[in-house]
Amino acid sequence: MNGAMNREAWLNLAVLAGLVAVPLWALAVDEPFTITLATRVAILALAAVGLNIALGLGGLVSLGHAVFFGIGGYAMGILAHHAQTYTAVAEWPVLIEGTKSMPVIWVVAVVTSALAALVIGVLSLRTSGVYFIMITLAFGQMFFYFAISWSAYGGEDGLSIYVRNGFPGLNTLVPIQFFGLCFAILCAVLWLNARLMRSPFGLALNAARQVPVRVETVGLNPVRLKLVAFVISGAITGLAGALFADLNRFVSPTMFSWQFSGEIIILVILGGVGRLFGPVVGAAVFVLLEHWLGGLTEFWLIWLGVILLLIVLFARGGLVGLLGGRSVAHD
Amino acid sequence: MTEPVLETRGITKSFGALTASEDIALDLKPGEIHAVIGPNGAGKSTLIQQICGLLRPDAGQVLLGGRDVTRLGAAARARAGLARTFQVSQLAMEDTVLQNALLGALGATARPWRFFGRALDDAELRDRAEAALAQVGLADAAATLCADLSHGQRRQLEVAMALTVHPRAFVMDEPMAGLGAEGSKRMTGFLSELRGTAPILLVEHDMDAVFALADRISVMVYGRIIATGTVSEIRADRAVRDAYLGEEA
Repeated sequence: MNGAMNREAWLNLAVLAGLVAVPLWALAVDEPFTITLATRVAILALAAVGLNIALGLGGLVSLGHAVFFGIGGYAMGILAHHAQTYTAVAEWPVLIEGTKSMPVIWVVAVVTSALAALVIGVLSLRTSGVYFIMITLAFGQMFFYFAISWSAYGGEDGLSIYVRNGFPGLNTLVPIQFFGLCFAILCAVLWLNARLMRSPFGLALNAARQVPVRVETVGLNPVRLKLVAFVISGAITGLAGALFADLNRFVSPTMFSWQFSGEIIILVILGGVGRLFGPVVGAAVFVLLEHWLGGLTEFWLIWLGVILLLIVLFARGGLVGLLGGRSVAHD
Repeated sequence: MTEPVLETRGITKSFGALTASEDIALDLKPGEIHAVIGPNGAGKSTLIQQICGLLRPDAGQVLLGGRDVTRLGAAARARAGLARTFQVSQLAMEDTVLQNALLGALGATARPWRFFGRALDDAELRDRAEAALAQVGLADAAATLCADLSHGQRRQLEVAMALTVHPRAFVMDEPMAGLGAEGSKRMTGFLSELRGTAPILLVEHDMDAVFALADRISVMVYGRIIATGTVSEIRADRAVRDAYLGEEA
């Protein structure tokens, strides 16, 4: 498999090329809304790439990934809110100021969502199967209702951020520049994900999903492997949450909603569970359907349901499996 | 007398009113194959689970190389050199043969927390994995997906998995299961040589294989060991014949 490009690799390249070409075309013909749609694809794809590490590689069906998405969103919202109101986030024991700097916000988003994933993972991984799904859902609901009742940060109404946060050397208010930033992050994370899949950790995690008892009898701890995967997964989805909040310049408790957790599962299944570019393809198709079908009928979700049904019944590898062929073992 | 590599002392385990293991004392000496036989439901699987750390005994001890490992989990016992094969092949079916063997090698190094380098490019892992595959005769099938292997090849890979860890003792649960006459014969020849690498505690239903291989046999009935001895001693034992072997033995 080394060297020669297989069909899936070509497909992946085509998807990336398309995701760049569309906003560039939109820039040329002055259609900023299309650029925003492409940015939305990149960010949702990033969130789903995160989930895919837990779901596709670790076999962990998490119905609580909105927690990390929301934490990332609120990390951005809280820091930027304090910066725009010239108040401190905390004055004791140490003074913490707000910030409008994206890199700082990203670090905070990644670290806090990773910590949340660690705590939730330690508790949830004591269970498996349906119980795991339910316990992650329960955590999601806890965060959702907490956000609703947290009046200091807008409660149910959420927080509006008036000016998009800054990145050194870029004017993030220009749609194509913000798109470029999100796209670069997506590419970097996909590259890391590809490395991870082929690494010793990826090999062990892949086996822990399929035959945990074997992993244990060669001397490795399958639960610990899955926990680390869950933390990495949560951190990536958290980063996506911070970007999503910056795209909309708005955060609200809906980022914590269980519907969103379900939505990114749908993205992954649509594109292909465990396939590197599955989440990207899933996000692109989802946003396109939402835009086109949503323009034709407000019942577009019915058609999404039909498509999802067809994929689950006839194309277990999702769209990537359908177009890119059988999964080549990650050599 | 040589120190046993693996030993159980007074292992007892009950499930409610059912005593699955009653005061079981077994030992495995260097270089030998010690077979455990007995009718279905005798408690052989429960015994293996306790030896390998998947079940904790109510009482008694498991010693590996003289060290008490009763409180260790399965992963820690594997790292201490207890290599196990399963009655039903436990393999990552979506992965290749080589990837499965690499997993075993990775367990032996106990360093799975590497996220960037390719597992395949790690010379240490690869050498270990390929050596194990060559030893069981699967070198040519390294790139084959496990799902595409024949049943016999899966049984071979199952043994290779045990070889990839640093084995001090093998615990094998019916390695002949489902193999035809030809396959059983080949596996028998292979296991016979393998006892030189590390001794084997062998649970097996195939009596031809047991009588051909075993240096010692323990007979288990209703959770108890009723006899332990050489092949000829066991064949001659009246209680064993009544309980298990029947007249044709």
